Amino acid sequence: MTPVVSLRNVAKSYLRGKQQVEVLHGVNLDITSGEFLALMGPSGSGKTTMLNLIAGLDQPTTGEVYVAGERIDSLSRAALSTWRSRHIGFVFQFYNLLPVLTAEANVEVPLLLTNLSGGERRKRVEIALQLVGLADRGKHKPNELSSGQQQRVAIARALVADPTLLVCDEPTGDLDRRSAEEIMNLLQALNRSQGKTIVMVTHDPKAAEYASRELHLDKGQLVHEAARRAA
Amino acid sequence: MKYFGLIWAGLWRKRARTLFTMASIVVAFLLFGLLQGLNTGFNTVITNLNVDRLYVSAKTNMTDGLPISYAARIKNVPGVRAVSHWTYFGGYYQNAKNAIPAFATDAEPLFKVYREMKIKPEYLEAMQKTRTGALVGSELAKKYGWKVGDRVPIGTSIWTTKQGSSTWMFDIVGIFDTSSYGGGFPSFYLNQDYFKENSAFGGNIVHYYLVGISDPHQATSISKQIDAMFENSTYETRTQTESALAQMQLKQIGDINFIVNAIVGAVLFTLLFLTANTMMQSVRERTPELAVLKTLGFSDTKVLALVLIEALALCLFAAAIGLVLATLVFNSGALKVIFGNFTMPLIVLAMGSGVALILALVSGLPPAWRARQLNIVDALAGR
Repeated sequence: MTPVVSLRNVAKSYLRGKQQVEVLHGVNLDITSGEFLALMGPSGSGKTTMLNLIAGLDQPTTGEVYVAGERIDSLSRAALSTWRSRHIGFVFQFYNLLPVLTAEANVEVPLLLTNLSGGERRKRVEIALQLVGLADRGKHKPNELSSGQQQRVAIARALVADPTLLVCDEPTGDLDRRSAEEIMNLLQALNRSQGKTIVMVTHDPKAAEYASRELHLDKGQLVHEAARRAA
Repeated sequence: MKYFGLIWAGLWRKRARTLFTMASIVVAFLLFGLLQGLNTGFNTVITNLNVDRLYVSAKTNMTDGLPISYAARIKNVPGVRAVSHWTYFGGYYQNAKNAIPAFATDAEPLFKVYREMKIKPEYLEAMQKTRTGALVGSELAKKYGWKVGDRVPIGTSIWTTKQGSSTWMFDIVGIFDTSSYGGGFPSFYLNQDYFKENSAFGGNIVHYYLVGISDPHQATSISKQIDAMFENSTYETRTQTESALAQMQLKQIGDINFIVNAIVGAVLFTLLFLTANTMMQSVRERTPELAVLKTLGFSDTKVLALVLIEALALCLFAAAIGLVLATLVFNSGALKVIFGNFTMPLIVLAMGSGVALILALVSGLPPAWRARQLNIVDALAGR
């Protein structure tokens, strides 16, 4: 099966002050369509950096990154923006909803970049909110919602444009146990019933249990892989 | 249009701050509209002044006066078509607060000098026949409800009568149209002869000779001729065109243009910092939100445009309110007393819109550029 994500000898280093810090060293990775991958590892191991490279938020120092059949490491900033709007749905640890917008307006934001009419956008927003179980909360602003509900809205926003890949950075990191379970069940359901390919960074072994595959990073290298169960 | 909600929401993110910023822009542009309007008003008044009129006053000071006998000599200067005169009477009606712009004059040639002031011939005739007659401007007559045939007492703090009274009685014999001038223009005329006979002193002096000339191009040479005629006499003259006289009078209350431009400049300069600071603060606070927009696929240019349009919306909307308020003040007639029938000049509104646009661009561009340059990874990591 053709992988939806391929990393080839990817290295990434940053300049921190005057010091060059190597974050990733020659990483090779393939993620196939429909996979739910959990990236684990200690702080500073390079998990989020790897996620950013896959999501087209950052570019590698060396190596090649292919996502959805396109080599993205050499794309310009403008081209990467357009590419992200088509292929990536992003879920953040702290939800990062726009506080001044209602839930449905937040979910609509990625659709503003499409050519859909206002009516079509509203329809899609409604479906996305239904999918995360918040159809009745569309008019609420983020501060009127619980943490778990805010993360659901964030997931609806990530899904609404039907991206190729759902990228989640510590999606349960700011949630209590019960909300975290709800969010992980939701992500798993999306993966299983909708066939969404998900790449998730997490510290939480319990969250990782929901994934179909688990990868461990340490000091910028993949050190361990555990296949869990068939999706 | 689909981004309107996003821009609107950004604008009202901090409601109180936006309202205060808007209020300061409204006040600044209200001030801009009023001051520039006044400036343009003064300039318009000066530009519209007739160039075929000359004013002759005492060289030393207008209040020193000139002999009444000069009229005939001035009339003989080639190119002069009519000569009349003003002697400042400065009266009041009922109490000193109701000042009347009253002047003693020779009415018949006066309306030849001021051809744009319309009066019925029968009124002029009545004025010549009635020693105690008075011709009154339409605005003044309307203000006090005067009509032809009324007898009105006019007080004066300068010219007591030979009987020792400070109140003069006048019979209104005619009303003339003053719409081409402001209400401050002399609009109460009494006969010079009556003034001369009835005044306890000073009846023989004239403060201004008003000279109508046939060819405006000869204004300078005629002025020189008049002044040369009275050179080295006891009463030397100074002859000026109407616009030169008006400019000189305006100079007495300061260089209006300079004052207006200095105030408006200072206000707008301060406003520039205020608005730029507000926008900068707003963008700084929203750094993670702008990074999220970029993550979702908004391009650098689109983010720049969103922030810039927000600044434009804030500045242009508030400036429009300020300019509309200034227009309302002008059109309400509050300034009629200075400028006559005067409305807010369109050029001031156009200038205001231009200044608002520049203000928005100058104050909005730095934060918009900062938003454009935002690095997603750094911004999301709070670096």
